[in-house]
Amino acid sequence: MISQLLFLLLLSTGIFFFARRIGIIRRNIKSGRDWDGSDRIAERLAMMARVALGQGKMTARPVAGAMHILIYAGFVIINIEMLEILIDGVFGTHRVFAFLGPLYDFLIASFEWLAAGVLLACVVFFIRRNGMAIARLASNDLKGWPSLDANIILVVEILLMFAFLSMNAADAIAQSRGLDHYVSAGSFPVSSCLIPLYAGLTDSGVVFVERGMWWFHIAGVLAFLVYVPYSKHFHILLAFPNTYYSNLNPSGQMDNMAAVKKEVDLMMDPNADPFAAAPESAEPPAPFGVKDAMDLTWKQLLEAYTCTECGRCTSECPANNTGKLLSPRKIMMSTRNRIEEIGQKREANGGQWTSDGKSLIGDWITEAELWACTSCQACVEACPINISPMGIILDMRRSLIMEDSKSPESITSMFNNIENNGAPWAFSSGSRGDWIQEV
Amino acid sequence: MTSFHIPTMAEMTASGQTPDVLFWVGCAGSFDDRAKRITKAIARILHASETSFAVLGQEESCTGDPAKRAGNEFLYQMQAAQNIATLNGYSIKRIITGCPHCFNALKNEYPELGGNYEVLHHTQFIRKLIETGKLRMSGKAPFKGRRITFHDPCYLQRSNGEYLAPREVIAKLDGELLEMRRCKQNAMCCGAGGAQMFKEAESGDREVNHARTDQALETQPEVIATGCPFCNTMMTDGVKNAEKESNVEVKDVAELIAEAADLLDAPTP
Repeated sequence: MISQLLFLLLLSTGIFFFARRIGIIRRNIKSGRDWDGSDRIAERLAMMARVALGQGKMTARPVAGAMHILIYAGFVIINIEMLEILIDGVFGTHRVFAFLGPLYDFLIASFEWLAAGVLLACVVFFIRRNGMAIARLASNDLKGWPSLDANIILVVEILLMFAFLSMNAADAIAQSRGLDHYVSAGSFPVSSCLIPLYAGLTDSGVVFVERGMWWFHIAGVLAFLVYVPYSKHFHILLAFPNTYYSNLNPSGQMDNMAAVKKEVDLMMDPNADPFAAAPESAEPPAPFGVKDAMDLTWKQLLEAYTCTECGRCTSECPANNTGKLLSPRKIMMSTRNRIEEIGQKREANGGQWTSDGKSLIGDWITEAELWACTSCQACVEACPINISPMGIILDMRRSLIMEDSKSPESITSMFNNIENNGAPWAFSSGSRGDWIQEV
Repeated sequence: MTSFHIPTMAEMTASGQTPDVLFWVGCAGSFDDRAKRITKAIARILHASETSFAVLGQEESCTGDPAKRAGNEFLYQMQAAQNIATLNGYSIKRIITGCPHCFNALKNEYPELGGNYEVLHHTQFIRKLIETGKLRMSGKAPFKGRRITFHDPCYLQRSNGEYLAPREVIAKLDGELLEMRRCKQNAMCCGAGGAQMFKEAESGDREVNHARTDQALETQPEVIATGCPFCNTMMTDGVKNAEKESNVEVKDVAELIAEAADLLDAPTP
């Protein structure tokens, strides 16, 4: 009875902190600008099914991709076992699904094989991250917390899988000794290798290991549940909405800013009154482009929370490849860090945002980074979950130009040339057709 | 080949004619000396295939692509409004472009602003001409057995998913098509996009176009084929930088086809 109460306490604490954090993230994401993703539902579902559920873009890198799929499949399928753990925990039963007989044996056996696969893949990932000079994993982007975060996730997963297998091993011993409560159920193809580890224990020692591992496993899972939304690992959840709300237009198509269209239409309209006053009720116009994190759309903020910092974008970026400051991954990380900071400051200020004198451009992302982008969309193509760092970069250029008139001198001349000659170079528009005479 | 007259839309309209397609030349193709050779090759292909076409001449203006990608949405939309007024004024239905940046702007970004056209990149149109038998290669086969690699333009391939058309056209040259390590949707940019063409590169270890040219040179090509005037400039510069200009030519797919179809006066120097 006490253990059931303890279990319920643990469970509700985990769920409470998880839900609280989700609420904060939800509020931060919703502080972004509007973006309409309510259209093309069938296409969106298909995209989510292919890219998130089906891991369709992962295997562009075969080694990392195959192991990721293994961990993913393991995570999803082993979670069926969580259902049994929850019921056992709440009602004080043991292996409540044992009545399924051969099906149960089959399920437990497949969980074991998957757990072994997950464990192995996590060990390989840990070695890749810490023991091999893989550029995107050894990059400066990840110095400090991000690299610690990645290692914590891998170590926790390794420990959880080990606990799960040890629990089964001890259970198998208990079953073979006919101990009380240990019904004969399950098939243990992998954990049987661990039996020698615990076979020398007394009966109470075996029960202690089995119960201990059971509690360690469930407590670890709940702790991880709370940890995940503070971590890059939150992609396990957000990858689904993020891919659902994928950009379905061609990746090179930039949006036509509606506010600008209105102005241009007015300029082109011979009947418009150039001196007309703005209507009284008009709200102050939103700034052009993105200067700070709340100028981004909620979709872009969702992308920032979804990014798992794998660095495929950065490793494909031509600017980064040639030693420029720009790293698309860092753009996403800076965006998330800034919107988190804004959220915390707003919370501390009773829910009201007052400027802290900082902004995403300048304090987190430099102009040199923004001007290094070639808009080639390699980062967009590389992202396994359809994040667009390029979209954020180009939106920030809009703020630099249209709000602050800050551009490299040569870019200013290019603008002047287009404005005056209809071409980015200083050629007269009158000579545009000269080549015709040369054919 | 004898010279011929290329009509402008204004001329055509004045004589009561409507061409089947508008050839959108683009700024590079109109003003840059190297890119003008590509423009002329496309024009010769259109002429030889008896395509009914015209150009806008002085009425053409920058699509606004570099302004938009540098953050100047105002300038871009002003350019777009002006171009759409011109194009709609002539009731243009079909456009072929010599530049993937123009192609992307006209095809993907103009419709929402009121410009709806069928837009084809020149390699797509050339493929069509070859498929329908309107354009034939000469028996000279100047590229037979030669090693050719194709550098995918970002705004043709990643933006618009078109990697087949240029390759199928190149296949008609009877050469050996070599793929770079990074090709098709994973191709590396030449470094010119996003208005980089018009500014100094940000500081780094090296130039993007030099890095990309190295990848092209790894295939040991005799020809680096391009489908974008800006890529052409960048790769040409890269080949010079690598001191390979005596062994490796950088040519647009249109130039290769014009030469193979024997439409050029003399080999370009």
